[in-house]
Order: sequence, then structure tokens, then C-alpha cells
Amino acid sequence: MRLLVSFLRFWYDFIVGDAWEIAAGIVAVLGIGAGLLRTDGVDRAFIPLVVALGVGLVLGGSLLAEVRRRRRAGR
Amino acid sequence: MHMTAATLGLATATFLASAVEFVEAFTIVLAMGLSRSWLAALTGTAAALLALTAVTAVAGVALIQWVSESVLQLVIGTLLLLFGLQWLRTAILRAGGLATLHDERAAFRAEQEAARLAGHQVRLGLDWIAFVVSFKGVFLEGLEVVFIVITFGLSATRYNPHGLLVASGSAVLAGLLVVVVGVIARRPLSAVPENTMKYAVGLLLTSFGTFWAVEGLGYFGSGESLTWPGQDWAILGLVVGGLGLSRLAVAGLRRTSETPRIAG
Repeated sequence: MRLLVSFLRFWYDFIVGDAWEIAAGIVAVLGIGAGLLRTDGVDRAFIPLVVALGVGLVLGGSLLAEVRRRRRAGR
Repeated sequence: MHMTAATLGLATATFLASAVEFVEAFTIVLAMGLSRSWLAALTGTAAALLALTAVTAVAGVALIQWVSESVLQLVIGTLLLLFGLQWLRTAILRAGGLATLHDERAAFRAEQEAARLAGHQVRLGLDWIAFVVSFKGVFLEGLEVVFIVITFGLSATRYNPHGLLVASGSAVLAGLLVVVVGVIARRPLSAVPENTMKYAVGLLLTSFGTFWAVEGLGYFGSGESLTWPGQDWAILGLVVGGLGLSRLAVAGLRRTSETPRIAG
């Protein structure tokens, strides 16, 4: 059990790191992209632009979250 | 071997990314070697390199043989995107003055202090702490290099059939350079402009990761890879867009931070 927890923690730290909102945001953005792909009437050329914009928003959101975290911690 | 601009870009990105990771791994091994045991530190390093070779071989064969192109693009693109955004975020926070710059000398001192305080334990005739810390340091830093080499290498095979070889060669070259310079200097490589390199690599990883992950989304449609408007030129657009966005973020953070610092 301890080995399994250590194994899972290693992969969590390796992939998610110290900014969980990036991982959650990317999964959400790609999920939206996949959803749009399966939606009738959506131009496929539009999807890459939506995802690229989403990636930018995830980065911006994570930076804002970090600024707020530091302000709350009374940096 | 025909070297296109895209292949050269990928080789440079792999080289820079690998160099950053190798510098960090070198600091750990150097601290263990100098403060505890060179035999254990180097044995740990060799064991980690063996483990990394095995992981690369297994992952490489599995990915190429059993996974469809779109799934490969989606999984690897997503991983690349996650690493890239983490790197870019860290580099932006440092350049914006909200996080302290990574200091190899400080990291080295911390490793040495931890090594000094750790107890003495001998297993298989080796100083076990030095062996384990060196193994973990090299394996963890090296695992990121492996991901980068596989992704960039497979990506480069579109332009160059020897893409994986170019990416592996760039990583090996970066490793050799770090070891040679480190052995000559005999101290942590603190003069390396780590944040600037991390910034550049984060930008490239994010751009390639976005490009690949979107192409891989095609798996959820017809199964075929999705195509970007402008095809491969879209990567350049992503790099330029990412650079603009990140510079805006750095400028914004510098205004909010009390002690502005310069990336480096």
C-alpha cells in the first residue's frame, strides 16, 4: 500500500507539480476541444484557435492565482 | 542528413531543455560526491542512467508500435503542454520578481547540508544515502529529458526520418557539455542563465505541446489527426503569441512586485 501511494505521489508530483490549476485547466480546455469536435456545425478550423486561447487563459489564470496566494500569505 | 529549420529548432530546444535538467542533476551528484562518497554518487548516477535507458527503450517501442498517431499526439502533446506551462509559469514568476531565481550554489549548499546531517548507512558496500540521493536526482531530472527527447524526436520525424536520433544526440551533447564543464570547474554551474533557458524551453514546449495536443484531438472525431490552419506554420504563430503573452505577464508582475528582478 505504501509503495502504491509513493508510486502515485511520484507521478502526481512529476506531472501535476505545484500548480494543480494548470493540469485541471489543460484537461478542461482539451475536453472543450474534444466536445466541439463532436458537435455538428462547428468549423474544425475554429477548434485549434479555441484551444490555443484556452491554453493562454490557463497560464494567465495560474499566474493570477499565484499572485493571490502570495498576497494572502502576506508576502 | 538534411537539417531543416524545424529540425534545427527541435534540436536546439532539446539541447537547452536537457542542459537545464543536467545542470540540476550535476549539482546533486557533485554535492553527494564531495560531502559523502564519490563511489556511491557515481554508482547511483550509473544506475539511474541504466534505468532511464530501459524506460526510454520500453516507452519508445510501446509508443511507436502499439499506439495510433492521434493518440500518441494527444498523450504526448498534453504531457509536453503540462511540462511547458509549468516551466513557463516558473520562469515568468522569476522574471517578474515574484519568485527567487534558482541558485545552483544555494541548491548545492542545501544538498551538502542535508548530506552532512543524514545518518551513515552502508548497503552493498556503498554509502546508501549518497547512492539513493544521486540515483533519485539523476533519474527524476533525466525522466523529463526522456519525455522531451521522445516527444521532440517523434515530432521531428515528420521533417527528418532521423528525428529521434537528432533529439537523442542533442540531449547526449548537452549532458556531455555539462559534465565536461562541471568537471573542469569542479563547482556547481551557477553561471548558467537557467531562467532564460527555462523561459525559452517552456515557450517551445508549450507551443509544440499545444500543436500536438490539438492534432491529437482528432482521435475523438474521425480518428485522423486534426489539422491546424496554416499547418506547421501554426507552431511559429504559437511561439510568437506565447512570447507576447508571457512578456505582458512579466511586465504586469513586475509592476505588482516590490523588488523587480531580471531574468537570468
